[in-house]
Amino acid sequence: MRVTVIGAGVAGLACAVELAERGVAVEVLERAAQLGSSCCSWYAGGMLAPWCELQGTEPLIARLGSESIGWWRERFAGTTVNGSLVITHGRDTAQLAQFGRRTERFEALGPQAIAALEPDLAGRFNTALFFEDEGHLDPRAALAALGRRLEELAMPIRYGVEASPAAVADGHVIDCTGLAARAVLSDLRGVKGEMLLLRLRDVTLSRPIRVLHPRVPVYVVPRGDGLFMVGATMIESDEPTRVSARSMLELLSAAYALHPAFGEAEIVEIGTGVRPAFPDNLPRIRRYGRTLYVNGLYRHGFLLAPALARMAAEIVLHDRHFPEVTDEDPRERRLA
Amino acid sequence: MLKVYATELRSRLLLGTSRYPSPAVLTEAVKAARAEVVTVSLRRESSGERAGQGFWGIIRELGVRVLPNTAGCHSVKEALTTAQMAREVFGTSWIKLEVIGEDDTLQPDVFGLVEAARILSADGFDVFPYTTEDLVVADRLLEAGCRVLMPWGAPIGSGRGLNNLFGLQALRAHFPDVPLIIDAGIGVPSHAAQAMELGFDAVLINTAVAQASHPALMAAAFAQALEAGRAAHLAGPMEPRDMAAPSTPAIGKAFLG
Repeated sequence: MRVTVIGAGVAGLACAVELAERGVAVEVLERAAQLGSSCCSWYAGGMLAPWCELQGTEPLIARLGSESIGWWRERFAGTTVNGSLVITHGRDTAQLAQFGRRTERFEALGPQAIAALEPDLAGRFNTALFFEDEGHLDPRAALAALGRRLEELAMPIRYGVEASPAAVADGHVIDCTGLAARAVLSDLRGVKGEMLLLRLRDVTLSRPIRVLHPRVPVYVVPRGDGLFMVGATMIESDEPTRVSARSMLELLSAAYALHPAFGEAEIVEIGTGVRPAFPDNLPRIRRYGRTLYVNGLYRHGFLLAPALARMAAEIVLHDRHFPEVTDEDPRERRLA
Repeated sequence: MLKVYATELRSRLLLGTSRYPSPAVLTEAVKAARAEVVTVSLRRESSGERAGQGFWGIIRELGVRVLPNTAGCHSVKEALTTAQMAREVFGTSWIKLEVIGEDDTLQPDVFGLVEAARILSADGFDVFPYTTEDLVVADRLLEAGCRVLMPWGAPIGSGRGLNNLFGLQALRAHFPDVPLIIDAGIGVPSHAAQAMELGFDAVLINTAVAQASHPALMAAAFAQALEAGRAAHLAGPMEPRDMAAPSTPAIGKAFLG
């Protein structure tokens, strides 16, 4: 059996690795010259936080996402499982209570416990929610690790190849081209995200911190070596280039409010990408003939890619059917 | 039926479209609310002409009237530019005018609001101004050409209900013939029912529905509350009394003073 994967974002690479490990001859075609900014995975936060995501998403995301931590740990040594911490500023405590009502597998912490987990946040917050089982990773390093894994399996990514499913001569095709697949997946839309990379030596964090705010929720993810990712805005837009001053103000203010030392941080990078999403913000695997479209991972690329890759592999190899990611089935809504 | 500008509306529940878990959930909520009007924020949801096509497409498919707003505008000039852009994008002369005066509470800058309302009304817009319950400001807005007022119940997103009951009742009493739509601060359906009982014409809800655990169910709850409140208003509520008043005389007791 032979499978061609188009697109070397996190969805494409996860599908390729999953199939290659199951003994399938896989070829990944990527139109860019290297792994990088041409895919929105490059700008991801890299949080593996299925239970936090129960706030504001369908339970399906948590169910599929809970597979991700083990999958990444096996394939990328940089996967960290230190949990995630959800905090809020004094007068927004109602937000924290609401977050707790809608999520699971966390522990409520007081000031001492917060200080024990994150000494640099000592004295700054009175309450927090700690999701102990969650993890995080550096998306760029994780993508590179998947690339290396394919090389080990003697199936290196072919860069600089502009491909479409129709142009592939034979075998199965898995199209993971995100928004570029919109000509076929007409209900796909773009949700723009803007992010920042900051460098700062004075503050050490061991896990992603989510700062709840009624209007501007933001997270800060430590990337090691004094690097922090701050993200991410969500704007209904397909335009990948423009970064607004307001968005930067919001992200920087949130980082500054988390710890004033961020005021002295070096701005290493300002980035923006467009996430592909379906109207319900849930992922899909759609089959048209010999082509599978794996798309709509929205802001859950690294969280969902392992589960979708598993399902895509089982569809290709065993003709399995997964109603939860196809369209004919009712979604796993909280409200049936 | 409620008449705003030249349009008659059966539904008295207007829905905001921001901060839903997904456009699909938004669609369900609009249907469950049986809303005929939704507000959309041009500034926060999108930028540029082509950008946001996907989202606008979903809004158009709802088949409801769009009331674009100028949310996030802090000056008259910004609000005017956003209004012009909204007219082009959505092909409507309706504009919900917000000029924010204070970033933390999102309290309206009523001075800028009156100025912008005058300019936009003269330019052919049907202006829906987001204002406070202040009577003088209301009077100035009507003078500036507004035919609808949208007083706040409480600060945007606070969910505190009708904060200044006395002020809102005074507003209703002073402008019995102007459509008054409670715009912000509604948290639960009972707040909306209360607004309708007091004789307000409609209620605009966003956060209370969008951020509920089950937005569509909450939207339906609001629709029922509005109907109940409206019916209660039309039915003529009794006046509250200081003492328990049995509907049949308590025999053998002297009348209490």
